[in-house]
Amino acid sequence: MSEQSDQDILLRIRGLRIEGMSGDSWQEIVHGVDLDLRKGEVLGLIGESGAGKSTIGLAAMGYARDGCRITGGEILFDGMDLAAAKDSEKRHLWGSRISYVAQSAAAAFNPAHRLIDQFTEAPVQHGLSDKATSEAEARELFARLQLPDPDGIGQRYPHQVSGGQLQRAMTAMAMSCKPDLIIFDEPTTALDVTTQIEVLAAIRDAVEAFGTAAIYITHDLAVVAQMADRIMVLRHGNLVEEGETRSMLADPKETYTQNLLAVRSFKSAEMANPVGEEPLLRVDNVTAAYGKIPVLHGVSVDIHKKRTVAVVGESGSGKSTLARVITGLLPAASGAVSYNGEILPPNYRQRSKDQLRRMQMIYQMPDTALNPRQRIRDIIGRPVAFYLGLSGKQLEDRVRELLSLIELEPDDYIDRLSTELSGGQKQRICIARALAAEPQLIICDEVTSALDQLVAEEILKLLQRLQDELDLSYMFITHDLATVRAIADEVVVMLQGEVVEHGSKTEMFKPPHHDYTDLLLSSVPEMDPDWLDDLLAERAELAKQGRVLKAADH
Amino acid sequence: MNATLKLLASAPWSAKFGIFIILGYAFVAIFAPVLTPYGETEIVGAEFELWGDGFILGTDSLGRDMLTRLIYGARNTIGIAFLTTILAFLLGSVTGFLAAAISGWVDQLLSRVVDVLMAIPALIFGLLVLTIVGTSITNMVLVIAVLESTRVFRLARAVAMGIVVMDYVEAARLRGEGLWWIMSREVLPNALPPLVAEFGLRFCFVFLFISALSFLGLGIQPPTADWGSMVRDNATLITFGDITPLMPAAAIALLTVAVNFVVDWFLHKASGLKE
Repeated sequence: MSEQSDQDILLRIRGLRIEGMSGDSWQEIVHGVDLDLRKGEVLGLIGESGAGKSTIGLAAMGYARDGCRITGGEILFDGMDLAAAKDSEKRHLWGSRISYVAQSAAAAFNPAHRLIDQFTEAPVQHGLSDKATSEAEARELFARLQLPDPDGIGQRYPHQVSGGQLQRAMTAMAMSCKPDLIIFDEPTTALDVTTQIEVLAAIRDAVEAFGTAAIYITHDLAVVAQMADRIMVLRHGNLVEEGETRSMLADPKETYTQNLLAVRSFKSAEMANPVGEEPLLRVDNVTAAYGKIPVLHGVSVDIHKKRTVAVVGESGSGKSTLARVITGLLPAASGAVSYNGEILPPNYRQRSKDQLRRMQMIYQMPDTALNPRQRIRDIIGRPVAFYLGLSGKQLEDRVRELLSLIELEPDDYIDRLSTELSGGQKQRICIARALAAEPQLIICDEVTSALDQLVAEEILKLLQRLQDELDLSYMFITHDLATVRAIADEVVVMLQGEVVEHGSKTEMFKPPHHDYTDLLLSSVPEMDPDWLDDLLAERAELAKQGRVLKAADH
Repeated sequence: MNATLKLLASAPWSAKFGIFIILGYAFVAIFAPVLTPYGETEIVGAEFELWGDGFILGTDSLGRDMLTRLIYGARNTIGIAFLTTILAFLLGSVTGFLAAAISGWVDQLLSRVVDVLMAIPALIFGLLVLTIVGTSITNMVLVIAVLESTRVFRLARAVAMGIVVMDYVEAARLRGEGLWWIMSREVLPNALPPLVAEFGLRFCFVFLFISALSFLGLGIQPPTADWGSMVRDNATLITFGDITPLMPAAAIALLTVAVNFVVDWFLHKASGLKE
């Protein structure tokens, strides 16, 4: 590297090694990573969970979280080695020259203080500014980040603003001292796609305007493509590949990167609904409420045999509530759920064993869906014994058969506890438990959203294969349109407890649409680095014509 | 088996000490007839004989061997305390789990009854009820078990509340599983660590409760040897500077400390704290 560019370097990490406490011993989780960040540059760190991206992000501040320690290498921030620096020196840098934006803004804000007071804390503390000046700067930044009512929003408490707004307020707070470097740790992962757009646009705009360097950590390659100048792909604490965003997306060198790029390419063939056939499940004009708060208003959905119906919508749209009504956990206030033409009792307690058996559920979080104290043998074996009355040798054989069906080696897994499995394996066990009841319909509630993308795709492929082999019907609840594109035959779009649009997959991905469907569809990030620019331009154009596509909580 | 040994080896010295003491007490309690020179209620000498020949720890107010009484006392007091604690836990956990699993009016009813019971000081309440129903070991065990089960109920309910909202419990409900299955297979195994830790702690309280009742004359009745009443019977010796009446008290104290050491370690493991 030349002298000239060397002066440009804001952060230089060499041979970074970090150990983490696992059980009773220290194990290396980051194995000698090098990293260079120029002033004003945005670097994307990408990888699956366990890749060490957050750990490296924090190490760039010279910080190791509890149970981790930096054991080797140097972290040069503007010429100062943070790996060797004293805590007092680092505290002087943190907040003023380096700041951090966490994944969950709701957890990172102090709920007892107004936003503006939390904003001004750092500049005043570091003696960079007085309270009044800082408050004026806050209002400017709030406006820059397109928060509504920039003059008044600072007076609110964190719980009084929406998730997307809070994440932007957090970005504003991180910028309060005009730092040289900001670490963004998955800032949009917890947000709906429709809200994500605005946060991404705001972050990018602010970072560009102030010439701040940033490290942007995410597991979503499509998001990082919009944000970063350069991308580093990490896996198991090692660097896999590094390069300029455009050239890496166009021509990835390593197989792993190629897999990450190809992750959203899986697509099942769509099958049209058979004409004149009675649907397997019919939800007819159902309303439901939690106490006095109505959540579903006259929802109707049909699910046919061997078909997959995807129910999409953002959080709070009532899609999970619909599943609770169908399973009978939340009895409908009016309307009916019928299965094979026969009306089901609204409460699951009144349903017969056979009615319960034919409809199974798979959950979003496999961690909480499996009893941590039970062995796989019992988890899968119980529904087999309970519904089909098998026992002894027959039961064991059936459990083994089910394990083979979900592509896990029976001998290796049958006696394990669920806590000894990875997230993807746990989800497979959940699928096996559902299959054990020999159902006709499986309700999948966000089954892939807690998983890494490559693992999620494996699960989708497995579900598709099982559908083909066992003639299953799926109701697929998701907020992720890539999942919809991959597996759905039919799509139902929900907004605030109502179905706003439904139709076959091909129809739904072709305009014209209801405004909300349009918003939802266009908000899904694509790998194209120009996607965000194009989208924002397009939306501005539409706004001129009087059609405003914006998330409800903007 | 190996795993258990490994776990024990990793225990801190305080817990090892506690386990050692508890095992010692258990040994003494189980082999009491073999270890003692005389019978439990046998009068073998004059009253209040001094330590020494024939009577290592002297004799009590009726001329019974003090050491023998102390060893039998371990058997009676610990045995009864253990039985009472088990009963309290059975009652407390089952009702606590029921309250959490059914919720609604069942929870309200059970919780309010427990509130009322807890509002009255336990010792006074125990004395009152025992005076009414009459003092016998069965009555005492039942009364203390009911009173102590209120604390167990609170804990069991709180722990189970966190478990019944888990998806795996929902999955079991949707499968059509009965209440008993959900409580015993889904909730209990996950609630066990805090309950076991609480068991040790409760055992100490029950133990002290029984000793206190015996000291007041409403607990284990003579001539059965029991540490609480032994302190009372021989209390006069204190005024002569003889420490013999303190021996049963010391035995109680040592066991309490030992149990607490083990419980501390267990709580530590159960809570997953590193430091």
